[in-house]
Amino acid sequence: MPAGRTPVLITQLIYGLGGLVLFLIGIWSFLVHEPLLRKLIALNVMGAGVFHVLIAVAYRGLETIPDPVPHALVLTGIVVAVSATALALTLGLRLGHGDD
Amino acid sequence: MIPDHLLPAAIVLTSLVPGLLIFALDEESHVLRTTLNLAGAVAKLALVGWLILGVYEGRTFESRLNLAPGLDLVLNADALSVLFVTLSTVLWLVTTVYAIGYLEHSPHRSRFFGFFSLCVSATVGLALAGNLLTFVIFYEALTLATYPLVAHRGTPDAIQGARVYLTYTLSGGALLLTGAAWLHALAGPVTFTQGGMLAGLEGQHDTQLVMIFFLLLAGLGVKAALVPLHGWLPQAMVAPAPVSALLHAVAVVKAGAFGIVRVVYDVYGVTLAESLGLLSVLAVLASVTIIYGSIRALSQDGLKKRLAYSTVSQVSYIALGASIVGPIATIGGVVHLVHQGIMKITLFFCAGNYAETLGVHRVSEMDGVGRRMPWTTLAFTVGALGMIGVPPVAGFVSKWYLGLGAADAGSDWVLLVLVTSSLLNAGYFFPILFRAWFKDPPASWPEEHVPAGRLETAAPLLWPPVVTALLALAAGLFAAAPVSPLEWAELIARREYGL
Amino acid sequence: MIDWLALAVALPLLGAVGAVMLPGRAPAIGLAGAVLTTSAALSVGLLVAQGTALRSDLGGWGAPLGIALAADGLSAALLVMANLVALCISVYALDYFGAGSRRHFWPLWLLLWAALNGLFLAADLFNLYVTLELLGISAAALGALTGRPEAVGANLRYLLVGLLGSMTYLLGVALLYAGLGTLDLKLAAAALTPGPLAWTVFALMVGGLLLKAALFPLHFWLPPAHAQAPAPVSAALSALVVKAAFYLVLRLWVDLFGAVTDGGAATLLGALGTGAVVWGSWRAFRAERLKLLAAYSTVAQVGYLFLFFPLLAEAPATQRQDLLGAVLLLALTHGFAKAGLFLSAGLLQKAAGHDRIADLGPSIQGLPAVALAIGLAGVALVGLPPSGTFIAKWVLLSSAIGSGQWWWAPGVVLGTLLASAYVFRVLANAFERGPRHGSLHDARGELAAAPVSIGRLAQAVPLLMTLIAVAVLGLEAEPLWDLLQDRSP
Repeated sequence: MPAGRTPVLITQLIYGLGGLVLFLIGIWSFLVHEPLLRKLIALNVMGAGVFHVLIAVAYRGLETIPDPVPHALVLTGIVVAVSATALALTLGLRLGHGDD
Repeated sequence: MIPDHLLPAAIVLTSLVPGLLIFALDEESHVLRTTLNLAGAVAKLALVGWLILGVYEGRTFESRLNLAPGLDLVLNADALSVLFVTLSTVLWLVTTVYAIGYLEHSPHRSRFFGFFSLCVSATVGLALAGNLLTFVIFYEALTLATYPLVAHRGTPDAIQGARVYLTYTLSGGALLLTGAAWLHALAGPVTFTQGGMLAGLEGQHDTQLVMIFFLLLAGLGVKAALVPLHGWLPQAMVAPAPVSALLHAVAVVKAGAFGIVRVVYDVYGVTLAESLGLLSVLAVLASVTIIYGSIRALSQDGLKKRLAYSTVSQVSYIALGASIVGPIATIGGVVHLVHQGIMKITLFFCAGNYAETLGVHRVSEMDGVGRRMPWTTLAFTVGALGMIGVPPVAGFVSKWYLGLGAADAGSDWVLLVLVTSSLLNAGYFFPILFRAWFKDPPASWPEEHVPAGRLETAAPLLWPPVVTALLALAAGLFAAAPVSPLEWAELIARREYGL
Repeated sequence: MIDWLALAVALPLLGAVGAVMLPGRAPAIGLAGAVLTTSAALSVGLLVAQGTALRSDLGGWGAPLGIALAADGLSAALLVMANLVALCISVYALDYFGAGSRRHFWPLWLLLWAALNGLFLAADLFNLYVTLELLGISAAALGALTGRPEAVGANLRYLLVGLLGSMTYLLGVALLYAGLGTLDLKLAAAALTPGPLAWTVFALMVGGLLLKAALFPLHFWLPPAHAQAPAPVSAALSALVVKAAFYLVLRLWVDLFGAVTDGGAATLLGALGTGAVVWGSWRAFRAERLKLLAAYSTVAQVGYLFLFFPLLAEAPATQRQDLLGAVLLLALTHGFAKAGLFLSAGLLQKAAGHDRIADLGPSIQGLPAVALAIGLAGVALVGLPPSGTFIAKWVLLSSAIGSGQWWWAPGVVLGTLLASAYVFRVLANAFERGPRHGSLHDARGELAAAPVSIGRLAQAVPLLMTLIAVAVLGLEAEPLWDLLQDRSP
């Protein structure tokens, strides 16, 4: 894969910056909000932000197919996020956070 | 027999291996435990004898283990290490016998003798250390091995005394480590060299060298009970008498003093130390300790406490000898390493006997004790006279050389210190002797245990002080003989000053 | 040619699957998996020690598309330590868990082990991410195994904080890929140049990892999580999981970022490390429960590890190897010693029913092997000779002073003194006798009446581990430096 020398397209920029904004919102929410469910949502928003950045990175223009490596990263990241969220919810249930 | 490069390591192992084995023994296995103890002590003595012969002939013995790049564990036998090793080995044998008798029917004997052996291994290890790193390693190991011995009885007093002991010694150890690492960073691996490894550095890094010296001195001074770092020693008297005898009269405090001698002679070298002004400071500190210790001893009623302060005072003679330039003072300080050890251990053995047999712990309870326990009190008298400096007991010889060396170097005020201290020693020893011999015994002793045989107390308790008292007497009477500690000290001084 | 690298990761995974499918046989499968995995790891270690670094491209796909496993001196040494410690923990755990817990413990434990091995052997950043996640999830699940609210709560916090760290790390990876087009460590290192990209990526990745390594002040999640977990899990968490995160920071620093960052970052890490040493040791000294003390001690030890970074940054090339060896020795020693301490604490907790330090006297005195293990662990944690920690601390001090950065020394000394204080606070109980609270205790008698008897094998395990930390690593650690020599195939 060539180093990032292909011209950055507007779409990429929107997705990438959007992803970063989501990431920041996620961190802020995680640090500020107390209830477990909100923290989990915040983490997932962070994750979504990172995935957006990765998708933006994968874009190589309209002629070539996108770079598969970041897509693989996104898929793995989604799996990890889901599993971790599931575990967190189970633990939270154990603690009696079902009403949050 | 044993290859030259393994002999120093073997000497350490002769007490390390039995010690580790003893830990695993049941409380009831008296015979096996005693056998291991004595076998180790005798084996060590034999190996040390071999060592002495070799060093006298000028052979070198070195055991080396590489720990990390540039860091070697080195065990090396030069004249000074041989002196200390012999002292420790002989006294360990004697103390083992004493401890076996003293601790009869006490709980946790396997644990005790295990750590006892570890303690001796650490002492021998630091005696044979060939560089500063090895010395620091065994010095810290000594702290670790002695803690359980101080805490042995498990009473709140013992735990507290052990805690105080640790606070002092571990803090000192941290300072020693910092100084040693600093020196290593400055000058590379610090091997003990005759004449001083740093001798060539005159004029460079002066400030750093001075600061390092004080760090090292602080670290060593804790164990050597230099004022104001001596606070742990009287508190550590809660330990059983064998522990006090060996450790605080011989191993721990001697390790500190030995370390000071090593640093002055074999790390800095006398010329460099003098030019940096370090020796004058050391002389002052030593003198203050000598006087202070004796003054505090005067007011103590507890016998072991009085002896503890006497140790504080007496061990600083060694530092004092190291702080005066000139071979005669060196001889005095170095030979006092041996003499003070023999005399002090005698005194502690006797103190232990009085406590065990009669329940006597205080000087005020010692009236007429000489009639009840004549041999013990005779040994005590010899030790006390030696401490004061009365000929022909060994203490006189060391004080004589110190005084001569001081006069030689032009430090007349040191002579004043020596004389004052001897007077003070008389001040706190003569009353004890007077009470013991010339006063009437009380109607009944605080807690008498009448021994089985016809001797005044159990045999293993009686023979050690008698033997060490005879040694103290012999070291003084036969000081001019070719095999006396004095001769060996002269050998050390000759090699140190290149004469 | 047997691919030992792949086996080291695959065997515990298979074991985990097996333990799930046959829950009745979980301990046996677990132990078998443990032994096999350790053998694989030892083979890796042996091969690296004898010759060159190992590399395995899984599935035949080379970089930059494929996943590669690699082992050089640094990772091989940590791999061997981790597997030996994990084996000891497995043996200990055979007896530790009751019937209900053991079917949950073994699959999760083997998963954690697989993640650990995978992490040490990962050769690209993506793989690192995956193993890091797996490690965090299985660790949090294991920590909450007892089901008690405190344990669940603490480990839930651990999970969430860990996720925060991983997300940050992942963003860093994404930006790195955007800038360099590769995830392979070697290729990325060749392509990376100093600049805003390198800085941002460094901050994100290392920042995320610092959270997982529990460097002060990001350590807050560790003490409750480690103290509440069952003893074998605490041992693994403190000795191995935290170590893995530190290893990653070290690896990224040495292989990737070292050339592009200036001393500022290193000084920051050193300052935080000093804070960790002092704060962690102080809190450990104040702790009333043994496992909490051990957990805070981990916080402090992590601080010592990070103190090496400013020294590495300033050291000339010849000395870097020495420093790397020292920090590796410190990590290895701590692994064995801390695991040994937690396992011993677990035994005491079983015997006494609690782990309040002040009241552990009779239990300690009744279990002399455990007392010895704690003593040896204490020696290794304080850094008294002989122990690997002592050597590492000596190198740390002399290097700090020698390179003119003497200001790191006081923290180290203070930490040592505090560590001595808290270690001997525990050990004093081994000697304390006499009436407590108005009644006499007979140590053996009380233990004879205790409902749980402590097996000999369980006692031998922590003793063996602490002996390694003290005797083996303290005296025979010299080959480590040879191991770190450049071993490019």
